[in-house]
Amino acid sequence: MIGEWLDIGPVGQIEPGMARTLPVLGGEEIAVFRTMTGDFYALVNKCPHKQGPLSQGIVHGAVVTCPLHNWNISLRTGEALGEDDGCVPTIPLKVDAGRIYLLREAVLGRKAA
Amino acid sequence: MNAPASFEEVRPGKGQRERLVVVGNGMAGCRAVEELLARDPDAFEVVIFGAEPRVNYNRIMLSPVLAGEKTFEDIVINDAAWYESNGIELISGDPVIHIDRKARTVISASGRVKPYDRLLLATGSDPFVIPVPGRDLPGVVTFRDLDDVDKMLAAAEAGGPDGEPGRAVVIGGGLLGLEAAHGLSLRGMAVTVIHLMPTLMERQLDEAAGWLLKEELERRGQTILTGADTECILEDSGHVAGVRLKDGREIPADIVVMAVGIRPNVALAKAAGLEVERGIVVDDHMATSDPAIAAVGECVQHRGACYGLVAPLWEMCRALADALVGSPSGYGGSVTSTKLKVSGIDVFSAGDFSGGDGSEDIVMRDAARGIYKRVVVQDGKVVGAVLYGDTSDGNWYFDLLKKGEDISDIREALIFGQAYASGGALADPNAAVAALPDDAEICGCNGVSKGTVVACINGGAHSVDAVRSGCKASASCGSCTNLVESLLALTLGEAVETGPKTMCKCTSFTHDDVRRLILERELKEMPQVMQELHWTTPDGCASCRPALNYYLLCAWPGEYVDDQKSRFVNERLHANIQKDGTYSVVPRMWGGLTTPNELRAIADAAEKYGARTVKVTGGQRIDLFGIRKEDLPAIWADLNAAGMVSGHAYGKALRTVKTCVGSEWCRFGTQDSTGLGVKIEQMSWGSWMPHKFKIAVSGCPRNCAEATIKDFGVICVDSGYELHVGGNGGIKLRGTDLLCKVETEEEALEMCAAFIQLYREEAHYLERTAPWIERVGLDYVKSRLLEDGDAPRKYAARFRISQKYSQIDPWAQRAGGDRKDLHSHIAQVRPLQLEEAQ
Repeated sequence: MIGEWLDIGPVGQIEPGMARTLPVLGGEEIAVFRTMTGDFYALVNKCPHKQGPLSQGIVHGAVVTCPLHNWNISLRTGEALGEDDGCVPTIPLKVDAGRIYLLREAVLGRKAA
Repeated sequence: MNAPASFEEVRPGKGQRERLVVVGNGMAGCRAVEELLARDPDAFEVVIFGAEPRVNYNRIMLSPVLAGEKTFEDIVINDAAWYESNGIELISGDPVIHIDRKARTVISASGRVKPYDRLLLATGSDPFVIPVPGRDLPGVVTFRDLDDVDKMLAAAEAGGPDGEPGRAVVIGGGLLGLEAAHGLSLRGMAVTVIHLMPTLMERQLDEAAGWLLKEELERRGQTILTGADTECILEDSGHVAGVRLKDGREIPADIVVMAVGIRPNVALAKAAGLEVERGIVVDDHMATSDPAIAAVGECVQHRGACYGLVAPLWEMCRALADALVGSPSGYGGSVTSTKLKVSGIDVFSAGDFSGGDGSEDIVMRDAARGIYKRVVVQDGKVVGAVLYGDTSDGNWYFDLLKKGEDISDIREALIFGQAYASGGALADPNAAVAALPDDAEICGCNGVSKGTVVACINGGAHSVDAVRSGCKASASCGSCTNLVESLLALTLGEAVETGPKTMCKCTSFTHDDVRRLILERELKEMPQVMQELHWTTPDGCASCRPALNYYLLCAWPGEYVDDQKSRFVNERLHANIQKDGTYSVVPRMWGGLTTPNELRAIADAAEKYGARTVKVTGGQRIDLFGIRKEDLPAIWADLNAAGMVSGHAYGKALRTVKTCVGSEWCRFGTQDSTGLGVKIEQMSWGSWMPHKFKIAVSGCPRNCAEATIKDFGVICVDSGYELHVGGNGGIKLRGTDLLCKVETEEEALEMCAAFIQLYREEAHYLERTAPWIERVGLDYVKSRLLEDGDAPRKYAARFRISQKYSQIDPWAQRAGGDRKDLHSHIAQVRPLQLEEAQ
């Protein structure tokens, strides 16, 4: 039986303050972030501004700065912060016993635009 | 499994009290009984089973026992008399091994059968032992009960080989591990802590506090290895001999303590068929899936959460007792706080301090006193706090947090603590400062009183900087800058002049201040800079992190470890990101020279990795566009194989040295401009700079290499070399200034190195040479490089030292497998429902 949660591996594969990517065949690539304080978040890997790969931005607090034009995106809500306006979908994520899980339907539900 | 048939079922007769059997004589089990007795001492006939052969003691005080600060007697909660006077039957040293839910009996290891009407599971948790080879060796212990403490004490007593102090390795830099390390250290052992994460206690502390903690523990003589992954436990003649890390390091040890975490002990419940996930699943009244069986403590899972701290356990016990006497109150889950029990180190954390949108960090740092306080506020309420060095207000913040009190009115003074903030009128920090007497000390470093500062302001000092130079207040460590600002505001009102632009919103210091203080105070790590210079954010921002990374790299070549997470994407991936998220790759072509062999390799790579565009750049090299992140190491390996290295076309670094063909071919050429360009590029490639840096060498004043719009330009003339600086062909066109003229190639090379180093040491991050020279003036640059005849040599020597550590081809490192995590995906998701795609 397929579980509700998709196990994407151990927490140790992402360094604090960094992100890694998870391509989805026929869907949107997902960026999985780990903040300096050890919290995990998953977002579609596309800045709402010009689709920059958020996974390659600098992470500070629970915010990532897009590498293309320095938009600040909240890792919690996917919303652009400050003056900018826009939102990127977030994927529900949980950490259990040292492994990262994404909500399966949210991962698969995102077809490429 | 079923109970053996010989055990007889026993049921209570009419009029008898209900029988409560408690499995677990630990803190939760006994507390539950205490709560029950307090409500109704006659309701139950109580039997407690304990696995350990002793009475109930305060497990969280094992750390002080290990440290020699307390004895076992000190930490006993309930002595034998308590059990007796309350009519409780204690069966210790005989664990329950089976529950027969149908018969409502429990069976112990020795075969004892006890019937129950109500069963309470308080089996606690087991230490998690990491599954590495050698974990079962004698001398590998956990830190859970008094037996573990005894083993550690014996090891400390025994000492190491040849009468040396014993050596202990503690695996795990969390709360428990650090307490074990502290105790062993006080017992005279040489202690090494191995922690998998980059900072200590990362679940409770943020990076800044974790760093302060590490510093303090190291000062106390412990060795702290963070980011260290254990490969195996080493053995010598049947006993533990040390630990080997995955990076190959070996740490000798006479005892190894595993303190990496705990796991709810659910074996008994699971075997009995109760609903078990991570812990034994309970409802708000602590009932398990069998209504006759309840559970409390570390073994339970309530609303998805398991707890390893003592406060939630007390709350669970209250809810349980209320339910058992028929007046259910319900347990709603716990908000927890943590304090580290290491004497002399005050650490407190509570709630959610991960920060984020809508939440606001209030940070106060006092470097002189080693204090870091951070309170996280969201929607006018405290949601988290991390305190290091001064935890006196920890409980107050925790209280505000639990009660969800609106703190908007005391927001300004919140970080100063309860004494300030609850003073009503003192809620305004300016009011607090106004209330200080004239002789109150404002600046501790320079002994400046409030009266002196005010007199200085009244004497015409209308900015922080003017006060600093006028009376020295806040001129040293800067921690009283807030106070000086308040005094300026109080004395002058609107007339306060703001100082030069600060580095970013995280600090009140300017770029120049930060660079100077990094050197003066020998600040060598980013968290250290943020602490010493009172950063107002926990881990900086996307603007100051790259700047600090560069400043530290420049100040401490060979010592500072480059921080990849503070690098912009291009420098992190050693390629230029393009608008579609692919990258472009530019191999270095020394002085613009190439060979058929290199061109062939570039052509092959372009085809093999699907470069959609191949373009000749303005810097005389070739750019391959459309390369995927995960293909980068492979294309670099191919280019490396043909002898090419990174062109750093992506970096705040030396880009290219553009040349013309010079005297070798050109009828006008005066010198070998191509040869000099190659030499300059070989000298300066790989160096990190405040911003990108372009060089050109033209063989005659016709200037075909366009040297007069470069950061450093050489124009060859018959009598030698004209050296030009500060040109820019970008947004704002700026022609170079002539720095000087030299006669030999050697002098030209040395002056080039000296100019680069001066720029590296003094410009602000992201400031090209053109605006830098506009800001400081050409005369200043000339004075630094030309007035003292020895200056160029000194700057060039520093540049060469730095280059020793920079001229390592990053492409070769990555192609060789370094930092695979930056290039590879975690995995790929291939949905099963492919029919949708048809």
